[in-house]
Amino acid sequence: MIKKALVVATALLGLSIFGASSAATLDDVRAKGFVQCGINTGLVGFAFADDAGNWQGFDVAICRAVAAAVFGDASAVKYTNLTAKTRFEALNSGEVDLLSRNTTWTYSRDVDLKMTFVGINYYDGQGFMVPASLGVKSATELNGASVCIQTGTTTELNLADYFRANNMDYEPVTIETNAEARQNYLAGRCDVYTTDRSGLAATRASLDNPDDHMVLPEVISKEPLGPLVRHGDDLWGDVVRWVLNVLIIAEEKGITQANVKEMAKEPSKDAEMNRMFGLEGEYGAMLGLDKDWVVNVLAATGNYGEIFEQYIGENTDIGLARGLNALWTDGGLIYAPPYR
Amino acid sequence: MQQVAVSPSRTSFKLSDLWSEQKSRQIIIQIIVLVILLSVVGYLIRNTAANLELLGRGIEYGFLFSPASYDINQSLIEYTSRSSHLRAGIVGLLNTALVAICGIFLATIVGFVAGVLRLSSNWLVSRIVYVFVEFSRNVPVLLWILLWHGVIIHSLPHPRQAIATFEGLFLSNRGFYVPKPLFDPQIWWVVAALIIAIAGAIVFARHARTRQELTGETYPVLTINIGAIVLIPLVAYFFSGAPVELEMPIFKGFNFTGGLVLSPELVALTFALGIYTGAFIAEIVRAGILAVSHGQTEAAYSLGIKPNWTMRLIILPQALRVIVPPLISQYLNLTKNSSLAIAVGYMDIVATIGGITLNQTGRALECMSIVLAIYLLISLGISAIMNWYNKRISLVER
Repeated sequence: MIKKALVVATALLGLSIFGASSAATLDDVRAKGFVQCGINTGLVGFAFADDAGNWQGFDVAICRAVAAAVFGDASAVKYTNLTAKTRFEALNSGEVDLLSRNTTWTYSRDVDLKMTFVGINYYDGQGFMVPASLGVKSATELNGASVCIQTGTTTELNLADYFRANNMDYEPVTIETNAEARQNYLAGRCDVYTTDRSGLAATRASLDNPDDHMVLPEVISKEPLGPLVRHGDDLWGDVVRWVLNVLIIAEEKGITQANVKEMAKEPSKDAEMNRMFGLEGEYGAMLGLDKDWVVNVLAATGNYGEIFEQYIGENTDIGLARGLNALWTDGGLIYAPPYR
Repeated sequence: MQQVAVSPSRTSFKLSDLWSEQKSRQIIIQIIVLVILLSVVGYLIRNTAANLELLGRGIEYGFLFSPASYDINQSLIEYTSRSSHLRAGIVGLLNTALVAICGIFLATIVGFVAGVLRLSSNWLVSRIVYVFVEFSRNVPVLLWILLWHGVIIHSLPHPRQAIATFEGLFLSNRGFYVPKPLFDPQIWWVVAALIIAIAGAIVFARHARTRQELTGETYPVLTINIGAIVLIPLVAYFFSGAPVELEMPIFKGFNFTGGLVLSPELVALTFALGIYTGAFIAEIVRAGILAVSHGQTEAAYSLGIKPNWTMRLIILPQALRVIVPPLISQYLNLTKNSSLAIAVGYMDIVATIGGITLNQTGRALECMSIVLAIYLLISLGISAIMNWYNKRISLVER
């Protein structure tokens, strides 16, 4: 598509002009006064525009948290909406400072595309959604089906591998964005829509009659999603990594958006909390941030669990259970190294 | 005696004369602009290469030979997810060629019919065509593509309730299913008969022309030749024992199996591109016909030439000279516009090499350079063919 080609060309041009100057992203971000954050073009729960036109969501919260860490102001963010295809060039060219766009951490993206994944904020897997009226109960019954997939994602390759491994045929219907995929699925151009199960849940929640559609039980891949930055700037990578980590540690310690200011007033017996709140040691300065950056982050977005519940948890339309994404203390995989 | 004027600059040349003289000044300015342009381009290329080097990613095309790992729903050649990226690219290229050829075919027919009807003396017909042309060409082609695709997938039924028109022909929102011909080896007799018929037709046409030049007598060449080209292979077909079987599409499980399928994406793209470009061609055809003065027609009639001969032998050859050059650029536009295919998920060259491969390998520069080169080659190819045709029909100056 010509537009895509233009974006890529612009990105390459950007690469040639700004590429070399991207060594100190934190300084660049400070100088311009905001974080440029790459997010989805629209995925309910993860990145969506609210009634006031502000971007919200599980992925957007990471952008806001980083802004709060750097500036003490969660609104110091500018968003760039990126499709699955344009996201890596945008990051590599310096068009965005970080990418928080339900992106799967894979070997080749990490090593060959020169990305630095700073952590995992959602453990996902690829699944299938079908209309309930189809009467299909398992993905193994999908021989001969037409399957809608979003192009430029890992799901494309998983799908080919899964059907080949199970000796089944299918017709791939390749589509550019989640919204178009939804249209084609609803029109019956395809029998099945496949993407990460979190994305399926979000898409299903946005349909008129969610109960007419079901997500099949099979999970055909591991899709660890997380924020990422480009290679070559470890300090900036550390900033984003530790923003994510303190969100997780805060949930572990029961620090919430509501009580963080109160708890951070004076030192407590918990030394790790004192370090996080800047009451002990010079931990903020090590990262080039303010003393109380953790307080700013938590006051702006709440802890990991709060973000999860607010945007995609069981009380939202999307209704995702914590499952693998529960804290390690609750039998999940969410775990952060100590703040020490 | 003749006076020879010797210019003073010949004897005393100064460097500043280069600037004050208009001719040399123009050359100097052009050289300066060229140098600036080249250094900007060179700077961009060098910088990009240096930055890629910095990221540790040089430019290399080795990835083309590793397995593509993705599936493509429409392929004119054998392709599986184990095939290489190169092969995926060829599949895409063939798909681009397919939609471009179908589109050009449709656009030409739509364009010539609409162009002639637009000049019709029937008020209603010419108004209808006028509205059609203005509607078609004043809406961006991307919207036409999305509209056609939307109409097909929303208004046609699911394959389960597919509309059965003739035997083995089904319309559904997953595509148009037609029987697939399966050929026996005997089919070569029919092919051979066809080649012989065409060769015979050419010889006959030559003979007819020579005869007309010598004696002035004519044959109904067109009728005889069409008859021969249709009848001779038909006779061969039955004599060799009807070596074609039809594989019918049958609904099974989720979709039809067997038969040939024209995907909604292909159909939508062909219609959108064909009709959009056809509207432009209609105007070109109209302009071409109007460019031939009415006196030509009157002169032909006064010589007693029949109306359809007048059109074929006098008006059209002159109109074509006006029509062909802009027609070339319309064909090129159509081919390039086919790169909008990704909007409806048609797997053309932009969607395969320039899309999925680019994305899965991250080799943006390499993939884009390939796509660029291919479009350039296709466009130059079409240009070359049409320029050859243009030269053939252009006025021969004596």
